[in-house]
Amino acid sequence: MAITEKRLEVLKTYKIYIGGQFPRTESGRYYVATNNKSEKLANVCLGSRKDFRDAVVAARGAFGGWSGRAAFNRGQILYRIAEMLEGRKAQFIDELMKQDANRAQAEKEVNLAIDRLIYYSGWCDKFQQISSAVNPVASSHFNFSSPEPMGVVAAIAPQNDSLIGLVSLIAPLIAGGNTCIVLASNAKPLCAVTFAEVLNSSDLPGGVVNILTGKVAELAPFFADHMDVNATVYCEPDAEIQKMIREKSSLNVKRVVLYDKVKWLTDAAQSPYFINDFQEIKTTWHPIENIGGAKAGY
Amino acid sequence: MATKKSNTIKLKFDSARNLSPAPESKSAAKINPQYDLFINGRFEKPLSKKYFATINPANEEKLSEVAEAGNADVNKAVNAARSAYDKTWKKMPGKERAKYIYRIARMIQERAREFAVIETLDGGKPIRESRDFDVPTAANHFFYYAGWADKLEYAFPNRMTQPLGVAGQIIPWNFPLLMAAWKIAPALATGNTVVLKPAETTPLTALKLAEIIQEADLPPGVVNIITGAGATGAAIVNHPDINKIAFTGSTDVGKIIQRAIAGTAKKATLELGGKAANIIFDDAPLDQAVEGVINGIFFNQGHVCCAGSRLYVQESVFKEVVRKLKDRMETLIVGDPLDKNTDIGAINSRQQLNTINDYIKIGQKEGAEMFQSSGNLPRKGFFCKPTIFTNVAQSNRIAQEEIFGPVLAIQSFRTDDEVIEKANNTPFGLSAGVWTDKGSKIFNMTTKLRAGVVWANTFNKFDPTSPFGGYKESGYGREGGLHGLGAYVELV
Repeated sequence: MAITEKRLEVLKTYKIYIGGQFPRTESGRYYVATNNKSEKLANVCLGSRKDFRDAVVAARGAFGGWSGRAAFNRGQILYRIAEMLEGRKAQFIDELMKQDANRAQAEKEVNLAIDRLIYYSGWCDKFQQISSAVNPVASSHFNFSSPEPMGVVAAIAPQNDSLIGLVSLIAPLIAGGNTCIVLASNAKPLCAVTFAEVLNSSDLPGGVVNILTGKVAELAPFFADHMDVNATVYCEPDAEIQKMIREKSSLNVKRVVLYDKVKWLTDAAQSPYFINDFQEIKTTWHPIENIGGAKAGY
Repeated sequence: MATKKSNTIKLKFDSARNLSPAPESKSAAKINPQYDLFINGRFEKPLSKKYFATINPANEEKLSEVAEAGNADVNKAVNAARSAYDKTWKKMPGKERAKYIYRIARMIQERAREFAVIETLDGGKPIRESRDFDVPTAANHFFYYAGWADKLEYAFPNRMTQPLGVAGQIIPWNFPLLMAAWKIAPALATGNTVVLKPAETTPLTALKLAEIIQEADLPPGVVNIITGAGATGAAIVNHPDINKIAFTGSTDVGKIIQRAIAGTAKKATLELGGKAANIIFDDAPLDQAVEGVINGIFFNQGHVCCAGSRLYVQESVFKEVVRKLKDRMETLIVGDPLDKNTDIGAINSRQQLNTINDYIKIGQKEGAEMFQSSGNLPRKGFFCKPTIFTNVAQSNRIAQEEIFGPVLAIQSFRTDDEVIEKANNTPFGLSAGVWTDKGSKIFNMTTKLRAGVVWANTFNKFDPTSPFGGYKESGYGREGGLHGLGAYVELV
């Protein structure tokens, strides 16, 4: 009988990613991710408010170290993420196909995700030069303005384009030195959890990116009203949720970025302006000594 | 117990304070008894039919009365701005827009003295400050942004800019003309039209600016200036045909605005409150640092959102700095804002004076030790002595909340890490100051302090080319410089 020769497949447990660890949700809840035909793909963590709060603590803790790294080093780590993704391409294509993509679509999305990481890897030590200025003030001061990361960003990833959307959101955030908590696509969560495994093997410090799975309607209010989050991102056109996020964000003057018109599979979804969306401009002044008599000359 | 010997001579300041009066002449200012709303290039009676008085806070005498714009007036102003945007301004070539803005800059310069006197009369700031800072900086701001109007394609790499439409701009009472310039100049340069509301206690220089705008022949409706209090501001914020809100003011109101526009397509920039840390290390040139601290907290009576209202002094020089500070405070002349010798003028309003006095009481109740300079205050008008508190805890309200007056909370620190943590331990993040002779320490501090503007070995410096704006609850967006253009354009 052939039964004895068939090997039993080892199923993967899809967990969330907080502070460089893969815990289950503290709530003990789960939901069933399915494909279009309502076939079960996996049990997925139904993340809770407490998971989000834990992730904010992890992200805040990681911010000083990550933003303080040399920009060059951040670039190398983003490149490393791309390398790891390239090596696990087959797994991502497989998961995207389970989530109803055909092979061509899945390959395209994974290739694009890898290329997008490379793209932002290169920006890590360049965007500052594009958006900085030495300002010619009229007084005797040296004055310059340059971007600094906003801090902790709470992002709700696009529901479709579950891999390229996620990657396109995370890459500019961390390229610019921010740390983040990202809620993955609810309907298509598989790649997000697997992408966390890629991040975890790429020398990206724990806590820089935290990935949760769960319901947008349940968690979005917490993303917007947490007092230790500096910015919120939302990618869907749902006007009610947009309004709620913007209202609650006013509690601590969070910056709100809405990406409801971005076409994630196109080149228009990548530019240094996506990095700038999560940068603050800092202006520094220092007096210049002026002693009469000494003139510059050749 | 033997008294401790001090080698320091007790300084006497009587002669310093007894300078002969040197008042600027009020005759330089022409103030009408009544002002209407500047809408569509004309001064128009308010549909609300209401007027309110604006007083001189230095003697509580009425200067003039100004119209109170109601909802219908706001609507009229927004319609005028919309029609000017559609019919003229957005189609006008940048180089033509530039020439109008240059013209405004020039006219402010021509009438600088008049502006300075009115600014001081209406707001209470020392004439020296309005003459040497507010008015020239306002003119320069117009001059700077005028030049951008036909160069916008160079500002944002690989992107073109589009104006947003009608900008509703609401400004505070601490730098009335300068804030009007900060708002109007970049908006016009980028092709937007404007409805601007000055603060209710300081409307006069904005209305003078309206006269200049009229004289400059700016197309009607491109700039509309309407007066009123909070309700007028709310009507601007909530008007459905406004595309952009630019607000400078308190964090509380900023949050209300952010909430109010949540369900709309309106964009916003908010320049809100602050509680800046000014940090003195033991290797700093102490006399310069003390001057910087004085300027940081007493400039414009402390009515400055980026005022250095928290002072951190390294322990080993703490006593010396506090003594020097007290000595310097004794030389400050508090009095008639029109007198050219005056260092600290009038508090802007009775309401603000009450707020400041409440905080002074709170500080004492919290157990902090208060010192005020010993000179007398004028009998009439709203005045407050320069005040410092020592023995302050990080959790004290005077160390956490914005007072917006001449009140300084002083604490000591030992290490760099400690002071970075204390300085950043606030919901605000507008500005900060660092005093040290060591370059490497400066750059360590300026990168770690979470604030939009950091002054090293200087404080309270401003320039049209220099972006200004906050982190965290001090607001978002920048004003000034290339980065200030971003607040008024869509990138395409």
